[in-house]
Amino acid sequence: MNRSIRVFGVVVMLLFVALVAQLTNLQVVGAKRLNHNPRNTRQVIADFSRPRGVIETADGVVIAQSVPSNDIYKYQRVYPKGLQYPFTTGFFSFRYGASGVESQYSGYLSGRNLPLAGGLSQLLAPGVRTGNVRLTLSDYLQQAATFFLGQRVGAVVALDPRDGSVLALASQPSFDPNELASHNPTVESQAYNSLLKDPLNPMLPRVYRQSYAPGSTFKTVTASAVFDHNPSLATKVYPTTNALTLPQTTNKLHNFGGETCGGQLPTLFTISCDTGFGQVGLDLGAQSLSAEAQAFGFNQVPPLDLPGVFKSTFPPASFFTDQLPLVAFSAIGQDDVSATPLQMALIASAIANHGVIMAPHVLKDVHDSQGNLVASFTPKPWLTATSPSTADQVKAFMVSVVQQGTGTAVQLPGLQVAAKTGTAEVTANATNAWMIAFAPADNPVIAIAVVLPNLPGVGNEVTGGVKAAPIVRGLLSAWLQHPHP
Amino acid sequence: MVLVTIIVVGAYILASLGKTASLPVNLGPFLAVVIGLLLCGHIALRVLAPRADPVLLPMAALLNGLGYVVIVRLSRHQAALQAVWTGLGMAAFIATLAVVRRVRDLDRYRYVIGLTGIGLLVLPLVPHLGENISGSRVWVHLGTINFEPGELAKVLLVVFCASYLGEKYDVLASGDRRWGVVRLPDLRALGPVALAWGMSIVIMVAEHDLGMSMLYFFLFITLLYVSTGRARYAVAGAVMFAGAAVVAYKTSAVLHERVTVWLNPWKTAQGSGFQLIQAMFAFAAGGTVGTGLALGSPTRIPAVQTDFIFAAIGEELGLVGTVAVLAAFLIIVAVGLRVALRADHPFDKLLAVGAAAVFGLQTFIIISGVIRLLPLTGITLPFVSYGGSSLLTNYILLALLLRTSDTSARHAAGAAP
Repeated sequence: MNRSIRVFGVVVMLLFVALVAQLTNLQVVGAKRLNHNPRNTRQVIADFSRPRGVIETADGVVIAQSVPSNDIYKYQRVYPKGLQYPFTTGFFSFRYGASGVESQYSGYLSGRNLPLAGGLSQLLAPGVRTGNVRLTLSDYLQQAATFFLGQRVGAVVALDPRDGSVLALASQPSFDPNELASHNPTVESQAYNSLLKDPLNPMLPRVYRQSYAPGSTFKTVTASAVFDHNPSLATKVYPTTNALTLPQTTNKLHNFGGETCGGQLPTLFTISCDTGFGQVGLDLGAQSLSAEAQAFGFNQVPPLDLPGVFKSTFPPASFFTDQLPLVAFSAIGQDDVSATPLQMALIASAIANHGVIMAPHVLKDVHDSQGNLVASFTPKPWLTATSPSTADQVKAFMVSVVQQGTGTAVQLPGLQVAAKTGTAEVTANATNAWMIAFAPADNPVIAIAVVLPNLPGVGNEVTGGVKAAPIVRGLLSAWLQHPHP
Repeated sequence: MVLVTIIVVGAYILASLGKTASLPVNLGPFLAVVIGLLLCGHIALRVLAPRADPVLLPMAALLNGLGYVVIVRLSRHQAALQAVWTGLGMAAFIATLAVVRRVRDLDRYRYVIGLTGIGLLVLPLVPHLGENISGSRVWVHLGTINFEPGELAKVLLVVFCASYLGEKYDVLASGDRRWGVVRLPDLRALGPVALAWGMSIVIMVAEHDLGMSMLYFFLFITLLYVSTGRARYAVAGAVMFAGAAVVAYKTSAVLHERVTVWLNPWKTAQGSGFQLIQAMFAFAAGGTVGTGLALGSPTRIPAVQTDFIFAAIGEELGLVGTVAVLAAFLIIVAVGLRVALRADHPFDKLLAVGAAAVFGLQTFIIISGVIRLLPLTGITLPFVSYGGSSLLTNYILLALLLRTSDTSARHAAGAAP
């Protein structure tokens, strides 16, 4: 009996050794990985128990701040603008972590990653030092974007093409981050779960995390490809027809609404002729089209300084080898082409900014709680999408769209606007209405992309030129023709 | 003994400092209660069982005290109840020492004890008496008092098995029937104990108490192996366990979920995996030396006062703290086994092994679940977790172990010149 007692003792010993091994694994070896796990809210708890910097817009409106609270966490995060900025500020929740700027610039806001400023006195200064984050967004323009978008599902994004600053970023439906920042776990989880259950998906930042078939707005890229890869096509006269005969199939590519159109590239672009551009695409070939899309930022994640930015997609040239008809459809932004509103705004920026896409960003600068500037965003180019000459030629096309084409609805007195409409049929009876635009054409200071996805119907009443244009026009007018802070 | 008092009181002061940056207001009473309880237990032990092992009680008190400090830090209300239960536990400890003057006396009531144990196990299934708490039906409420009879049944079944196997071990070890190459023991001899074993496990499974059923299973296997010295019992047990585990995995939704969570808690991070993931974060946050008492945030973990108290210790006292707790348990097991080795009667030996096995196995089962070494099966951490039935039972078991130790030491002293 004594022998088996000893054996049992050894077994227990071994079991405990296994426990110590796993504990060492959790507490020492793997601790760093677990501590940095995004689901780990312990850091957030520490952050909740100390003040946190404000997030404000470029025109000085506070959109997130911490106010002292009387519960155990000492500070309550408040978003005074409710539904307007959740896709930029993000939320700051116990259970669900942080998103948006709250996550991206948490190190500044909490003060944990603030560079030392002010030398020794700073080290000795009492009190917690936090960082106040100023964004490039204009509350004035954001309000305009929210107003013009109204209750419709869709997304609006406005950039400054010269430096990549995001001026407005609206997505509808939206959600109130205040509920997710609640210290009451019941309120917090009920809010989160009801948002999750909502079929309209209100927590989805449609501007940068959802892509849609861009339709004819993509012709901007196709037109650039002509100048960059095969300039002779720019003067080719395309036959006037209502249906384009496609290779490898008996199916045809029909014009929107059964219209008949044709002519040279400027005309095709101005009136957005699908049969013409389908043939342009076939003439260019998959290789050139794919390369141009890549140059404009497709298949790459735009370096916007927010978490969870999605890339837009254009198929590689090899994809088209056995399906040549799809080249024609891709040239008009249908089928396998899919773009985020942010990406389309960056395409407009490229044309506006002589072919160079500046890295999009929402951070302007950071000041510490004593008012010292501790960080600021340095504008930098992201991609050279095309040459200045190509950009200038396509810009002229886009001006023509507004003067005499599908985009006349965005004409503004005394202002030259450049734009391209898009109307992508997503199903037999649903359409994405798009518009990309920038102004003033000779010296652009704002580039905009608007999408209203899945509008019921496929007729003339749901085109980008009808549905999306008023939003673009409203924003351009607000930004360029009215005094604002 | 003195050292344990200092550690526990020191931890209490630190916890208060960490929470409110001031000395605890009721330091005086706390000190008095801790010292008082320990002193009571100690004196009772010296008077009632003067030759008992001197290490066991301080180790249990250390774990109890540490657990209490962590509970105070988590919930003052529960801490007050825990204090009462600690008092009752100490009373039960002293009463057991006073009543049971020789563990072998219990031998006589073998079947009464065994049947009472089974009866207690069935109790929660009685309508109106039992209560479902977090999916398991292991609670009984009488008026305002709720308790887990399964905990008490644990002691009774250890005594029953020790008593039964202590008498029949040689029969079981001999293996007098041959079926081809397989030698089987006299199955009739195995009958009653197998019956008790089977019943308790079936009942536990019916009550969805996976931790307890696992504890019983391995407890019986251990006792059977130790009593007979036949490895085949351990092997057969392991095979049966594997088989039962597979069947249970396929049929029990609860177990299926536990295993799924164990394999990949991240998949259900906001649902069933939440508790385990939060526990892992707690351990990671603790690191080597911990955040300091009351300076972590273990309240994020559901059931942190009971099943997951070890995670709170891991966060606030770090690897140093968790290994210290494991060491304390290992010491209790080692001393328990030493008592078993020195005992001179099979019943005494098996009782001591049983008690040591309960402490060792129960600790392993819950901690391995909490640290994701094995699937989680809810069970308390002896002496540390919040919970009256558990505390009471473990003190009774400790008293029996000490009584055995005293008896054998007395015997040895008597035998030696």
